[in-house]
Amino acid sequence: MDFLTLIQVLDSTVRLATPLLLACLAGLYSERAGIFDIGLEGKMLMAAFFSAAIAATTGNVWLGLLAGIASSLVLAGLHGVASITFRGNQLISGVAINFLAAGLTVLIAQDWFKQGGRTPSLLTSGRFGPITFPFAEEVKDVPIFGPIYSELLSGHSILVYLAFLAVPATWWVLYRSRFGLRLRAVGENPAAVDTAGVSVIGLRYAAVAICGVLCGIAGAYLATALQAGFVKDMTAGRGFIALAALIFAKWRPWQAMGACLLFGLLQAVALRFQNIEIGPIVVPVQVMDALPYILTVVILAGFVGKAIPPKAGGEPYVKER
Amino acid sequence: MEKMPKWADVVLIPLISLILAAGLSALVILAIGEDPVAAVKLMVDGALGSSYGWGYTLYYATNFMFTGLAVAVAAHAGLFNIGGEGQAMLGGLGVAVICLFIPWPHWTIALLFAALGAGLFGAAWAAIPAYLQAKRGSHIVITTIMFNFIAAAVLNYVLVNVLKPPSSMDPASARFSEAVHLPTLHELLAPLGIAFSKSAPANVSLLVAIAACLVVWLLIWRTSLGFEIRALGKSEAGARYAGISPVKITMIAMLISGALAGMMAVNNVMGEAERLVLNATEGAGFIGIAVALMGRNHPFGVFLAAILFGFLYQGGAELALWTKIPRELIVVIQALVILFTGALDNMVRIPLEKIFLAFRKEAN
Repeated sequence: MDFLTLIQVLDSTVRLATPLLLACLAGLYSERAGIFDIGLEGKMLMAAFFSAAIAATTGNVWLGLLAGIASSLVLAGLHGVASITFRGNQLISGVAINFLAAGLTVLIAQDWFKQGGRTPSLLTSGRFGPITFPFAEEVKDVPIFGPIYSELLSGHSILVYLAFLAVPATWWVLYRSRFGLRLRAVGENPAAVDTAGVSVIGLRYAAVAICGVLCGIAGAYLATALQAGFVKDMTAGRGFIALAALIFAKWRPWQAMGACLLFGLLQAVALRFQNIEIGPIVVPVQVMDALPYILTVVILAGFVGKAIPPKAGGEPYVKER
Repeated sequence: MEKMPKWADVVLIPLISLILAAGLSALVILAIGEDPVAAVKLMVDGALGSSYGWGYTLYYATNFMFTGLAVAVAAHAGLFNIGGEGQAMLGGLGVAVICLFIPWPHWTIALLFAALGAGLFGAAWAAIPAYLQAKRGSHIVITTIMFNFIAAAVLNYVLVNVLKPPSSMDPASARFSEAVHLPTLHELLAPLGIAFSKSAPANVSLLVAIAACLVVWLLIWRTSLGFEIRALGKSEAGARYAGISPVKITMIAMLISGALAGMMAVNNVMGEAERLVLNATEGAGFIGIAVALMGRNHPFGVFLAAILFGFLYQGGAELALWTKIPRELIVVIQALVILFTGALDNMVRIPLEKIFLAFRKEAN
């Protein structure tokens, strides 16, 4: 593999890791506050559709992004009502949200655009274009540094940079702000937070809402930056890979970025090479597809350091005893 | 004291949830610009109006009985088996291996061994998540989700690289031999003088599914193992105090659950397609969740709910054929059923309990 191929694979790693990273951070906020969310997939899918639909009809990608976030927030609200207000089973709620999104997106798309459950292809104005860093063209031919700067770092859409900036931001919010302290506390011991006079319900709704916004951006990125328009089931399990990455990272932001980049790399390699030959052994493409899930099971099994979820995760909080 | 009578819990709550889901679905149909009443009529005509329609309804229902029972058995042990889809995929592999490589003299023997193979493969696929839950405390929901994706990759690999006949482009196994052809309801009922549609896929596995409902009922409510499963589901601490090993019961419950999900393959792989194709399960593993929730984890409830979902599936296909309503409407209905009977259960339950309490006070 020559240097340029390596750069291209890493470049596509960054692109493919971005939706995973956004969804992973979304899940991080929710699960750190004690709300399990296996509905990341559904929220992303809904946002992907509405962002593409609005971007296609208005020609404005920013309106599309807003619509995507709003639709994802609606589903997040539903998850909040079911799991916080009515103290329902958070896992079942997540399953329902995934199906709701899978069905509604195609249903609405078919009724709206009549193109077999997809949106029209987006033109340039309806998509997030690449951002070229200063001097990217000039330094292109400098060996080593040139391709890294102009191919790998420059030329992504604004949402990619946003996703990677969200990592230190999340770290700061979680470990350096009062809100973050309370958020983590509510996921570990909500009764203590309640005793301190802070609203458990308010905090959990805030976490679910942040999760909705981030899933919305992830979905919009899929439909308006990575691809040009919505197609049926376009999230293709990314919500679950993000969930896997979250466990892999043991619910921590920097590690989440590492896990998402690793899983993005696996996707990029699988996309480019199909079967990989390492000496006499041929690794079939299906192994690359399954590897994120296998790695997560290994981590969950506790063979490589134990993944301990937030203690109060999945438990509805009952105030009166 | 119970807040409300048992019949309200078993019948009224699922019924109200179903009405809520149906009402919202009607709004969706209205929004598309179609007439909900006409749509329901079309669904009933298409799914129940002919033996052809019934043949499809019962075919789908057979799948959902197996996956619904799988979810229900695990739920009795307090486990949420979301991996029915992967277990059913592996069950299909089991059926394919047994039907392709062994020359069976008669379908009855083949059916017996295919069911065993399907159950074995399904159980094996549930075994690792079960072990990790029981021994290492890894959350079964997450591991079974991961195993669904791994199953899809395994199946893809096996079909493309092992089972696909060299001359074929299609990622599917070779056709099974004539000897393992399962009789359809048409072939079963014709000797009795009952005319049943020739082209409908419902087959003898329907009887296997009904038998499975009975066996699960016996297991859960008439055996000590069933008692131990329910005890663990109600309280792990209580079960342990009674000398029940949570590790053992978790393993057994998940193995039974996986075997039931796997046995679905007898219907869809051996009975209908007669070869193994990619995505043979078509999401039936997930519908099992809705079926078990709707049926309140009781085998008879699962039986009824499976027929209801079979009706929705066949009716939905008819809608997609004759109106502008796409098939995905069924996915939306399924989501609403899961939402109302599962996640928003308290939304229906709390007001209902208040009403029953108010009535009781008046009566006193």
